[in-house]
Amino acid sequence: MTYRTASGPLPALRDVSFTVGAGELVCVVGPSGCGKTTLLKLLAGLLTPSSGSVVTAPPPPGRPANALMFQEHALFPWMTVLENVTFALDGNGAGRRGRLDRAREFVERVGLTQFGAAYPHQLSAGMRQRVALARVLARNPYVWLMDEPFGALDGQTRLLLQEELLRTWEAHQQSILFVTHDIDEGVRLADRILVMTGRPGTMREQVVVTLPRPRQPLVGDGEAAEIKCRIWRLLEDEVRKTLYSPRAER
Amino acid sequence: MSPLYCPAPSAIAVALLRLTTRGVLLADTATTLLRLALGFVVGGSIGLGLGLAMSWSARLRRIGDPVVAAAHPIPKTAILPLILVVFGIGEPAIVAAAAIGACFPLLINTMTGVRQIDPIYLEVAANYGSRPLDVVLKIIVPASLPSILAGVRIAFNAALVVTIAIELVAAERGLGAMMWLARETLRTEDLYAGLIVVATLGIGFNALLRWVAGVLAPWHSRHAA
Repeated sequence: MTYRTASGPLPALRDVSFTVGAGELVCVVGPSGCGKTTLLKLLAGLLTPSSGSVVTAPPPPGRPANALMFQEHALFPWMTVLENVTFALDGNGAGRRGRLDRAREFVERVGLTQFGAAYPHQLSAGMRQRVALARVLARNPYVWLMDEPFGALDGQTRLLLQEELLRTWEAHQQSILFVTHDIDEGVRLADRILVMTGRPGTMREQVVVTLPRPRQPLVGDGEAAEIKCRIWRLLEDEVRKTLYSPRAER
Repeated sequence: MSPLYCPAPSAIAVALLRLTTRGVLLADTATTLLRLALGFVVGGSIGLGLGLAMSWSARLRRIGDPVVAAAHPIPKTAILPLILVVFGIGEPAIVAAAAIGACFPLLINTMTGVRQIDPIYLEVAANYGSRPLDVVLKIIVPASLPSILAGVRIAFNAALVVTIAIELVAAERGLGAMMWLARETLRTEDLYAGLIVVATLGIGFNALLRWVAGVLAPWHSRHAA
């Protein structure tokens, strides 16, 4: 994927090829600016690849092919919690009342029943991301595309939301592509981790995470530690390169 | 200090009372308000419409930006003589002046408001398959509303300035005309009475608008106020 910018073509991704199986949870880790967000936008259909293609199995009838969950600030600040979730149900045929009732269910499911009428700025960052989670749940997409959804949260809140995500995933078995720069997060969540290089992003290696589920958070020994070390060794040079190279505009 | 420059507050209060009971003050205020409202609605609609059109179309922006950049900094009071040449002395000239005063702030704030919408909101809408009408009504309008409301406030104040200014020189009725007459007849307390009414109009409208903003954009005013 090459962006055309005012200062000439900017290659963001090159030779990226992978598959995500049905019901599989795949994480993507890579240094910042390696095109992870570009990758998600391509998969979401918000961008058209300059070469190559994205092939997805057709979603079951009545379900959208995919939905993005963003890092933060993607909730509409002018809508209440309930309205934000209802937005995900627009155009699904149900009447306004029906959509509101559906939305209320999902707000309840993420534990925010009392905050339905609150605006996002009145909530903590963790609560906001739970609203975002409710919005994706309500959308009920065939494939979840998650762009560092917990990246801006404090470590403890992040662990709780990872747990909520895993619970949802185990219940629904949807396919998830989860972008993160947190190796711990990747190893806790993923069936498989795609390690990317710096710009232009390419696929460095795929690491299969064979740890049994349910997995405990904060595990630092044995196989989990080995996998984390292996991923870090793959990433280290790339991260160093990004750190010492001038930051080009995205 | 001579009461000619600075009459006693009691004298101003008496003048206010006298002008009010004789009905002239109310009539002049009503006249000014009517001109202001007409000019504000005409100029504001044009500003809002052009602002939306220019934020939509890059081509319109290429044409419009230099025009706005050139015309906006000119003090609107400085073009009053030209307005009077074009429209002649009378109501159309006053309404036109108020409209020109109101137009630019709304145009600029509307354009800024729409252009600075975080693209992530539009991406969410695209990803969620929103229809174009929903994108406008549920995203573009509310996202730019705070900026537009701020523009309405500036536009009102600009229109008020220009309306009073043109009334000073080219009207027989209205608050500006009343104040000019007070100057000519050396009734400074009447002049102050007029200023108090103008200031009250400003305060009143700004309070009204803050209330409207609280109703229309509660998510914004609550953490901005």
